[in-house]
Amino acid sequence: MNNSLIIGQYVPGDSLVHRLDPRTKITIIFFYVFIVFFANNLPSYGILILFALSSMLTSRVPIRFIMKGLTPVWFLIIFTFILHLFVTKEGNVIFNFWIFEFYSGGVIQGIAISTRFFLLILVTSLLTLTTTPIEITDAIEDMLRPLNKIKFPVHELALMMSISLRFIPTLMQETEKISRAQASRGVDFRTGPVKERIKAVVPLLVPLFVSAFKRAEELAMAMEARGYQGGEGRSKLRELKIEKIDIFVYFIFVLVIMILFATRTYG
Amino acid sequence: MSNKLIEFKNVSFRYGEDEPWVLKNVSFAIEDDEWVAIIGHNGSGKSTIAKLINGLLFPQQGEIIIAGKKVTEDTVWDIRKEVGMVFQNPDNQFVGATVQDDVAFGMENRGVSREVMIERINQTLKAVGMQDYRLTEPHRLSGGQKQRVAIASVLAISPSVLILDEATAMLDPSGRKEIMQTVSQLQDKQGLSLITITHDLQEVVQADRVIVMNNGEIWDEAVPRAIFSKKGELRKIGLDVPFVAILADALKEAGIMISQEPLNHEELLEDLWTLHSKT
Amino acid sequence: MDITFENVTYIYQHNTPFEHKALENLSFHIESGSFVAVVGHTGSGKSTLISHLNGLSIPTKGKVRIGDYSLSKEHKPGDMKELRSRVGVVFQYPEHQLFEETVEKDIAFGPENFGVSEREIKKRIQEVIPAVGLPESMLERSPFDLSGGQMRRVAIAGVLAVKPDVLVLDEPTAGLDPRGQKEIMDMFYRLHKEQGLTTILVTHSMEDALKYADHVMILNKGTKYLEGKPEDVFIQKEALNQVQLDVPEIVQFLISFEQKFKTAIPYQKQSVEEIARQVQRVVIGDELL
Repeated sequence: MNNSLIIGQYVPGDSLVHRLDPRTKITIIFFYVFIVFFANNLPSYGILILFALSSMLTSRVPIRFIMKGLTPVWFLIIFTFILHLFVTKEGNVIFNFWIFEFYSGGVIQGIAISTRFFLLILVTSLLTLTTTPIEITDAIEDMLRPLNKIKFPVHELALMMSISLRFIPTLMQETEKISRAQASRGVDFRTGPVKERIKAVVPLLVPLFVSAFKRAEELAMAMEARGYQGGEGRSKLRELKIEKIDIFVYFIFVLVIMILFATRTYG
Repeated sequence: MSNKLIEFKNVSFRYGEDEPWVLKNVSFAIEDDEWVAIIGHNGSGKSTIAKLINGLLFPQQGEIIIAGKKVTEDTVWDIRKEVGMVFQNPDNQFVGATVQDDVAFGMENRGVSREVMIERINQTLKAVGMQDYRLTEPHRLSGGQKQRVAIASVLAISPSVLILDEATAMLDPSGRKEIMQTVSQLQDKQGLSLITITHDLQEVVQADRVIVMNNGEIWDEAVPRAIFSKKGELRKIGLDVPFVAILADALKEAGIMISQEPLNHEELLEDLWTLHSKT
Repeated sequence: MDITFENVTYIYQHNTPFEHKALENLSFHIESGSFVAVVGHTGSGKSTLISHLNGLSIPTKGKVRIGDYSLSKEHKPGDMKELRSRVGVVFQYPEHQLFEETVEKDIAFGPENFGVSEREIKKRIQEVIPAVGLPESMLERSPFDLSGGQMRRVAIAGVLAVKPDVLVLDEPTAGLDPRGQKEIMDMFYRLHKEQGLTTILVTHSMEDALKYADHVMILNKGTKYLEGKPEDVFIQKEALNQVQLDVPEIVQFLISFEQKFKTAIPYQKQSVEEIARQVQRVVIGDELL
């Protein structure tokens, strides 16, 4: 039963997108999110869509996983579209319905804005779908390193993140165990008035906290026993390495940016 | 000639000023390549000894010498290179996101280079029979497997002594067997001192020497065979006597002259066979 | 209460790619008032079996009957409370379920949930505290200030205070030292006898199963592998070894003895003293007697 536990939404794979250095992925997504707002005509949108869709296809993540990730935001995308449809009063009236007049500008704006939205969410979810949480942590640690100069505890932050990730399944199992034990003692977590159900959480939360503290204490001791003295002088097994493939992807991405700026309308 | 690797000189310890003494005037020595089992009931002070050896705790009285160095705040990081520890709860000592990350943790702390780390990860995982699980996440491992990874993590920093602090207490019988087999193989091959802390008398049979703790004091210190012969007294201090020792007593009662206290079935049967051949 | 499993199959995350069969076509019957040991390797389905005994899980296929209760996919009782008040479960490391400020409140928690009156709860606490071997002076203390062994007793007292008819014990001695293990098992055995409980002990310990149970069931991969009286089941060395289980030490000795002396001493739950006398007869012969 534990084997089914997937942390985050990572889908294991060995595609080009999976193998990219996580820093490459984060950097590209960062800039992508930025340049999406510069697209303003068909070719410029086209190149962005082409880039996002080809990344998606290269990742070989099943479409249904991607769509599942998008479900919560479909509503937002459609809502944005409709909002623009009603509010924007540019161009010609192309359609009348009851007391509303729909302008061509509204349709175009609506499509454009929801496309941006869709693209943003698609590429960011591609990151989490193809990168393990621990890789993301490594990348963040590496990219935040300059902040060490202003005494920002980068290593500690990264360690905290990776230990939390490590303990998520453990604590989930523990929650399950304790809730079964309390249910056996007559606690009803599922039915009854809201007030009762809130009260029912106490017998679950107290043991969870007690155990989490105990774990933290023991873990700290085990880490100390294994020679942990903070980030200084530490080496790292996990190594991030920019490979040829990363350079290649950067190159493609720069090309995308150039085409975008060459094709967009100015003025 | 063997050397004293660990020496306790009149060590007393308590957790606070108003707390009772957990250890009272304890003195003993452990030598190179020796396997010492420390047994006692829960709360007898046996785990405190482990934490003192590793400098996780410091005694109020007496001193502890490890590999020629006195354990103090200043030497503690050197001492921890000599002393590796595996604790009771398999989950609460697994730091890494995967098996290899966990084995690397101790080496990373000491700034070992990446090439050396990879080599030692492979070596130590092989030594504990976990080489096929290098990239596995901890929640997919059994308790016994996690403990084997913990042992590999400790071996990776090549300590002079490995302490198993009730490392089998939370495992099922097959996990326990796994660990005991791993440990005895290691001791054979690696020339490592070993301290196993347990309340299970079955686990002390292979040890060279046994230290029995009771209420914070050393109750007895002898080879396993001598310890096993004190059945009545062991029971009184909350320990259990192995079946073979009970049977040996019953046989004596039935009029069979057992020549020596048996440690296992084979010894007892051999003894009986000798008697049988004579009649 | 009689307990019957009829062709019970339980599948975790049914109809997903992670589908996992924990129990498969499991049938057995436990008679009211008996002491049954369920033995199996980790992952054999023991925990899933336990969760069917008080309605924490409902069979994917098949039917579970506990006294007058009948649990199946087609027939789920709306309220499990009464069933859970009659089947008490002591989970592994039960001390992890403690949460109240005082020992007394924690013991009272279960009975309160099941609607037992305050006066009756007070009375029951007076009964269970000595039964689990705790001093009454402990009632006002915080359970978190106690030792591990004492915490476990408090948790057990909390289950007993509900006065169940069926007591399910999941590895109740895990992590205790030998004296603690023996005390806890002896206590359960005494309660079993005195209160006429139906006791189901899930354990890794062949020795405990042999010592306390009058019926043993060996589980393997979610199915019943062997079943019967302990003295009949535990002599089947090869069958047990096949599912990574060992025979109890006393049986192992008799098997080794037979190999060496070519004389069998059958195991019939006789005491160590009796075995010593039988061994003596083989080794030295009768002429000395």
